[in-house]
This record gives sequence, C-alpha cells and structure tokens, in this order.
Amino acid sequence: MDFREGQAIYLQIAEYVCEQILLKQWPLGSKIISIRDLAIAIEVNPNTVQRAYDFLQQHEIITNKRGVGYFIEANAIQLVIAFRKEQFIENELSVVFRNMYLLNISTEEIETRYKKFIEQNFKEK
Amino acid sequence: MIEFNNLSFGYTSKKLLYKNLSLTINQGRIYGLFGKNGAGKSTLLKNMVGTLFPAEGSILINGMTPQKRQPSFLQTIYYIPEDVFVPSLTIKQYKNLFAPFYPEFNEDNFHTYLNDLEVSVDGKLNKLSFGQQKKFVIAFALACNTKVLLMDEPTNGLDIPSKTQFRKLIASVMFDDRIIFISTHQVRDLENMIDNVIIVDNGDLLLHASVASICNKLCFKTVTEIPVDAKILYEEKALKGTAVVMENIYAEDSKLNLEQLFTGVTENPAIAKQLFSSN
Repeated sequence: MDFREGQAIYLQIAEYVCEQILLKQWPLGSKIISIRDLAIAIEVNPNTVQRAYDFLQQHEIITNKRGVGYFIEANAIQLVIAFRKEQFIENELSVVFRNMYLLNISTEEIETRYKKFIEQNFKEK
Repeated sequence: MIEFNNLSFGYTSKKLLYKNLSLTINQGRIYGLFGKNGAGKSTLLKNMVGTLFPAEGSILINGMTPQKRQPSFLQTIYYIPEDVFVPSLTIKQYKNLFAPFYPEFNEDNFHTYLNDLEVSVDGKLNKLSFGQQKKFVIAFALACNTKVLLMDEPTNGLDIPSKTQFRKLIASVMFDDRIIFISTHQVRDLENMIDNVIIVDNGDLLLHASVASICNKLCFKTVTEIPVDAKILYEEKALKGTAVVMENIYAEDSKLNLEQLFTGVTENPAIAKQLFSSN
C-alpha cells in the first residue's frame, strides 16, 4: 500500500477500511480481515493497524467481539459517510476550491465533468 | 524488558563511547535504532547480546545479565549482525547443529520463511551470494522464536522483493511478548514498521520516543511561510515551499518522516531535548 505524505498512517488505514465499506467490498455485519493479516498485507506494524481499528471502533464503525475478531456495524455506511464528508470538506475541498479559483474554472464546468466522471466510473451495472 | 542502567562503554578505557546511558525497552514493540556511521549502534547491540561488556553500569534483559552468557539467557535472544557468517554446511546440517540451542525453534516456520524469502539450496551455505546468506540467517533467526531479536542493518544486501517479504515477515512475527530491535541507516525500508525511535549520536541518547508521541509533539509538513511562534527542529527548501519539522502547536495529524526527524534531532539536539523533555 502506498501511503501519502502529510497524514498519519493509522488514519490512512482507517480510511482504507472505510472505503472498502462504502464500495461494499466488505459487507455490513461481516467479519473483517484480522489486524495481523492486514499488517502483513500492507507491510506495516501490527500496532499501527491496531490503532486504526481502535479509531474505527471509537467512531462505532466496527466492533470487536472478543476472541472472534472485528465486525462491521450494521449502520456503518451512514457513519462512514458522515465522517468522510467532514474530512473531505476540511482537507480536500479547500484545495480544489483554491485550484478552481487560480485556474478560473467555473462551477458549471465542474458539474459537467463530475457527471461524466460518475458515468465513467460508477455507473450501475 | 531491557534495562540499561547508567551504561558506560568504551573500546579503550581512556575514551568512552557511551556515558551513563539509561534506557528502558518494553516488549510488544519494534524499536528502531538510528545513528550516523560510528555513532555506536552496533556497539550497543553487542553489549546487549554479551559479546562486549559495559565498562560501568549494567544491562538487564528480562532480568538476566548478558555478560554472564548463561545458556538460559542465550536461548532467549538472537542477534543478526550486519555481515553474517555461515559455515560450510548445508541448510539441514546447519539446522541440526544450531537449532537445538533454541528450545522454541519451529521447523515448519523455518521452511515457510525460507520459502517466503526464496532461499532454496541443496549445496553448502557458504557458496551462496551475500544476499542469499543473509536471508538464510534471517529465516533461521525468526524460526528460533526468541523473546528478543536484535538485527543490525537487516535489509542491507536484500533485493527489492526480499525487502517486501522481510517487512511482511516482521509484521507476522511481532507478538506482545517479543522485543524486536533493529539498527539501520535504511530509514525508508522500515519506516512503517517501527513503534519506537531511538536516536544516538556521539554516545548520547538524543531521542527515545514512540512514533505516536513523536507525531503528537511534532508536525511534519510543507509550509509557504515558517511560523514564528513554533519551535523548528528541521527545515529544508523544497519545490512547493519549505519542508519543516516543527512543534505541533495546532495539534495536526501528520505522517512521520524519519529522515527529516533524524537530521533535525542530530543537528538540533537541544531543541529536540526541550520538545521531548516532558516525556
């Protein structure tokens, strides 16, 4: 896994888990990959994955069943969306707005491009 | 647990390398030891395994003194030196000769690790390339399942796929009752594997802190203007502004950059000590 500069790794791992939930790769209520297996897969310290899972647990996105493993909560999607939306507005949207202003890109142009992007990438099969 | 109590060490009695070093190492964590060439990293490891003795002070490893070299101690620790030595033996002969010294040695693990690192030979070990010999020793060391694992520059000589495999193996063998202690210059190879950072220079302990607490106290980022109200540990002009390691006054979440941290701490040890003194 390639980590970006500028954001703590445990948060990037938490984000990765959130993305798997949003993309429905990991179904609601299901057991997720263990801390060790994820650590091996992405070549990080298991304690870092532990920290990411603790963080997700605090946000009630996953839950720990002792001795069994971590499971995705039934209402995880709403929680992930709320959490990610907050982060997106805070971290990424300001960069986009700045570039739109600097490059003089209209909101209409963005809208057209946005629709095209959705059509190309996320069209329902 | 490993305790250094006022350790002093010197290769000659006149010139001490370490003076009054005190440090506590806890299990369940991976420690990264960083220092310039000649800073005394390997010396520290050799003191821990009992091949060098402290001039003053003591080291206790899980309650035992390395200097005594008792079998009950030696079977709980494995040290992989930077330059490994293998005798003129086959893998099987080597295992039959050395594995009995380690009661927790696991033969299945051994073959899995050899396989993961793509070491497969029928001939004598000393006929292998340096990288292959190193991987063989790593596989053997991990299979010994010792409570303490010391490694000096373990990724030196490893090719790119082997480095990836090495990180995966370390993640798979890191358990709560184990201490993994790695000395290295190759910060990028192991940046995401390390829990605690130890930086030594001129026999001084400049920093010992967990990655979590480092990222709590410091912020690694690129700024257009250097803030005046924060302590700056490191700065370097970059394309998009200035890369800084600064006091984390806005409680920002950033990703540790070991290279910048190391340079900052060795160039400004006084600021580093101030920032981490409340530890």
